[in-house]
Amino acid sequence: MGKTFKRPEALSEMDSHYCPGCTHGVAHRLVAEVIDELGIGGRTVGIAPVGCAVLAYNYFTFDFQEAAHGRAPAMATGIKRVRPDLVVFTYQGDGDLASIGMGEIIHAANRGEKFTTVFINNAVYGMTGGQMAPTTMPGQRTTTSPFGRDVKDVGMPIKVSELLASLQTPAYITRQSVIKPKYIVKAKKAIKTAFEYQIEGRCFSFVELVSTCPTNWGLTPVEAVKWAEETLIPYYSLGEFKNPGKAEGGSDAK
Amino acid sequence: MGKILMKGNEAIGEAGIRAGCLNYFAYPITPQSEVAEYLSHRMPEVGGVFLQGESEVAVGYMIFGAAACGERVFTTSSSPGISLMSEAISYIAGAQCPAVFVNIMRGGPGLGGILPSQADYFQATKGGGHGDYRLLVMAPASVQEAVEMVMMAFPLAEKYRNPVMILGDGLIGQMMEPVEFPENLKSEPSKKDDWATNGMDTRKSKKRNLVKSLFLDPVKLNENNLILKEKYERMKREEVRFEPYNTDSDYRILIVSYGTMSRVCRTAIDNLKAEGIDVGMIRPQTLFPFPEDAVFQAASKKSCGMALSIEMSMGQMVEDVERCVHGKCPVKWYGKCGGEVPTPEEIMDVVRSNLS
Repeated sequence: MGKTFKRPEALSEMDSHYCPGCTHGVAHRLVAEVIDELGIGGRTVGIAPVGCAVLAYNYFTFDFQEAAHGRAPAMATGIKRVRPDLVVFTYQGDGDLASIGMGEIIHAANRGEKFTTVFINNAVYGMTGGQMAPTTMPGQRTTTSPFGRDVKDVGMPIKVSELLASLQTPAYITRQSVIKPKYIVKAKKAIKTAFEYQIEGRCFSFVELVSTCPTNWGLTPVEAVKWAEETLIPYYSLGEFKNPGKAEGGSDAK
Repeated sequence: MGKILMKGNEAIGEAGIRAGCLNYFAYPITPQSEVAEYLSHRMPEVGGVFLQGESEVAVGYMIFGAAACGERVFTTSSSPGISLMSEAISYIAGAQCPAVFVNIMRGGPGLGGILPSQADYFQATKGGGHGDYRLLVMAPASVQEAVEMVMMAFPLAEKYRNPVMILGDGLIGQMMEPVEFPENLKSEPSKKDDWATNGMDTRKSKKRNLVKSLFLDPVKLNENNLILKEKYERMKREEVRFEPYNTDSDYRILIVSYGTMSRVCRTAIDNLKAEGIDVGMIRPQTLFPFPEDAVFQAASKKSCGMALSIEMSMGQMVEDVERCVHGKCPVKWYGKCGGEVPTPEEIMDVVRSNLS
């Protein structure tokens, strides 16, 4: 009997630095599987963010650039404009994309840049040690919201997918999760669709992935999955928010 | 091809194309917006890329992304915009990518003004962004020289895999002068297989490339900084450019001045010569690397009793002049930095008052 499960070629053999129970590894693997299945590793350029995935380039086997904090969509724009034949994706966390890089992602999406963004939303800054993010839940304790996020003081968590879907430019915008197998299957399908739209030159494509951060949530990996499912997913509802194949102008948003 | 009359900003845009660069990203800011306006119709004509970014911050990284693919790319901006791009410039230098930045300086600090200035000397030559990096900085004194420097900038950026900056001022951008685009300054992009992230399929080796400026291991970061330092030392050996003026005479005062300011000084020197007063001048064409030896030699001349750094800033280049004169004679500064360009008469008065 042959091998039925193996490491994707697009994924390197290096051990990752991610914490136990972190879902970055799952998201990396899904991206790598999609790149293998589409046979595009030789013409793909990834862009690493600043955040826990800053070293993402160590875990993939194709060309990679490393951006400054929040600037990955601008770099991806630069690449796609001068080399539209390359397949380009940014891989960004919620501090990177939804806070310091909000301007760049909105304008890249609004220009309809033909690249793909994989957005890891775990409701907290990871690499810097668990500070409050724009996606942190009301009442959620972090190292900079020790009494819990006070929405009267700092506002409500930003729903990035819904925000981007409100733009009038055609795009593929979806929110999925990687916390359990039943979600992972759908997440992979969404990532593949996102890359396919890019390769077809159709639109900007964006896959938000509701993820875990047990270390900075102060939970065990099992508790983290439970918390994500009970707290994050009801607020960050899963599904497709925009699809270039459907009618324009709001009616396509679920 | 003969000379044509062109506005500085438009000539700078055309020079990029003539140099073989078909990729341009920018954000509007006075007094350089005409570059973007010009290239917004010219780039499509030549099959090039024009994109107006949402901010100078974003434009800086569009440049980085494109440069990291090994494609020739440039942008133009003015002082406050260059401040915003300085983050990206630091990353581009750290990651060793070639790119060309043009700064058509206006007065600062803050929003400052929109008239000509040379107040970004420190920003261009001493940093701007964070970390140990340098830019190769060229300062044109005419529209023709701006064209030539832009055309030279691309192969130089590739030779050193480092950003090159053209440091002009509002007058260079706004005035019209006759220009030609020298055929001999056209160049082909250099090889990039061993570093550019343009897809593994393009390389025989099939090895993947990484463009990054992160080195968490302190030994590796130090090594990267040593590689950069070696490049900057090589620039000092190979790229110094300057123009001496009236330095064969027995001048009692040496002027060091660059860009638009140096043209005014040249007129003042001619007028003073008619009065029987000899003044010499060193005009740095590269601000980094600075013409250290030329300034030292000129200040060391027996007849020379003083060096004057004349600049449209509150005294920035004067620090380099002092450093290079090395105590051979006293060094003074004269300048203005509100947007007014000092007149030849003012310069002549300054010279006379320092002789009496």
